[in-house]
Amino acid sequence: MDSMLSEADIQNVTVELLRKAVVKLPRDVEDALRKAYASETDEVPKMQLKAIVDNIDLAIKGNTPMCQDTGVTIFYVTLPRECKVNVEKGIVEGVRRATKEVPLRPNAVHPLTRKNPGDNVGERMPFINWKLHDQDYIEITVMTKGAGSENMSAMAMLTPSAGVKGIKEFALNTVLKAGSNPCPPTIIGLGIGGSSDIAMKLAKEALLRPIDVRHKDPEIAKLETELYEAINMLGIGPMGLGGKTTMLGLNIEYAYCHTASLPVAVNVQCWAGRRATVRIFPDGKTKFMTHEG
Amino acid sequence: MPKRLKTPLAEKDVRDLKLGETIFLDGVVMTGRDEVHIHALDYLEKGKKMPVDFKGAALFHCGPIMRKAGDKWEVVAAGPTTSSRMNSLEPQFIEKFRPGAIIGKGGMSQPTIDAMKKYGCVYLAITGGAAVLAAKGFKSVSGVEWYELGMPEAIWIMNADNFGPLTVAIDAHGNSLFTAVNAKVKENEAKAREKLGLK
Repeated sequence: MDSMLSEADIQNVTVELLRKAVVKLPRDVEDALRKAYASETDEVPKMQLKAIVDNIDLAIKGNTPMCQDTGVTIFYVTLPRECKVNVEKGIVEGVRRATKEVPLRPNAVHPLTRKNPGDNVGERMPFINWKLHDQDYIEITVMTKGAGSENMSAMAMLTPSAGVKGIKEFALNTVLKAGSNPCPPTIIGLGIGGSSDIAMKLAKEALLRPIDVRHKDPEIAKLETELYEAINMLGIGPMGLGGKTTMLGLNIEYAYCHTASLPVAVNVQCWAGRRATVRIFPDGKTKFMTHEG
Repeated sequence: MPKRLKTPLAEKDVRDLKLGETIFLDGVVMTGRDEVHIHALDYLEKGKKMPVDFKGAALFHCGPIMRKAGDKWEVVAAGPTTSSRMNSLEPQFIEKFRPGAIIGKGGMSQPTIDAMKKYGCVYLAITGGAAVLAAKGFKSVSGVEWYELGMPEAIWIMNADNFGPLTVAIDAHGNSLFTAVNAKVKENEAKAREKLGLK
């Protein structure tokens, strides 16, 4: 591929991608929140959801991050096999610039000293997950996820005999334990199988799929729906103040695992399920997949 | 009309607030989360003078996004952070510094509820993530202390004008909306488990 792309192009696109991600929700999440607002009848949950939908509009109007917790920046990048441009450097510098220009909150700190460099860049941060594909474009997805929900995430190494019931039990208990803390109504990403690290990775990747799209494997899709309906019977409600809407969606991803293992991981996402994807073509044209128009 | 209160809050006004009531605040609101709690209690232990007075104050569990325009700070986004992270330090903080209200999301544990009852403090819930809406409630920033802790962890001194809506989620008499919801969730859990075929 003879591309005209430069590192500066990647940097500019990264700033724009981060801005879109923190300002405007993907369509599926916004739709689910508006539906939830319409369906709540009690005053307290209705007021919480009204604040949420009003805030969605205000953020777009002011081109301002919807939530002060703009997360740590986790990227998913798919490259053409012959990509020559330094995408990594473009992303890192893009994060630095976006922190000032959007602005993002400087969240990334050293885990022991808690020292904050102020630009969201440090050891292994931004974190980039890499893949290759046979297309000619670069695809970059970013997830800007706050700590309130991330702190509620959990994983378990179940025994194969625990089976599907064990998975359900673990998912239900994780949501109960999280309670009001992760800014419900939440979105749950469930990763099943692989190994301990793979299950956690899948749980987060499950959050990249629109919440109104079910898994293509009918068995998995059935489990998604069953857990979604059961968890919404809990009545934790928006912000944990009670109500019908505890969860906006639940997505599962799985991988084959060792015959002696059953790893399960839950990644909890707050209502502000912020993600943005862009495709960058060899001629420099871009297409924002999650944020058209 | 929802009640409007001005900070610093008088203990009587705090004690009068009813569970579930919606209120709005005027006056100074100060942010403080993990590091502010740790540092303030450390200052006290070492006998160092605090840069601010929390007596009757509204302490906001919030790490805002701020922007400097000229020599003035502006509030860009200022929603609440998860209050339960402060559970271990809040009872002592309330006892020593005597704030009138703590603003946050998600509620707090029983020792904090007890301290609120004993010293006259309430917990005001504000919608998590609705940070632009919350920022509209602050008309200016009069200062920042402990900025070296980083933007999210510093004490931001902000001037509120009709800041809210805030829900009285823990009153100064030992009652909590979250405790009530949790009791219902416990009942509902049985139905959810049945649906999932779990015992």
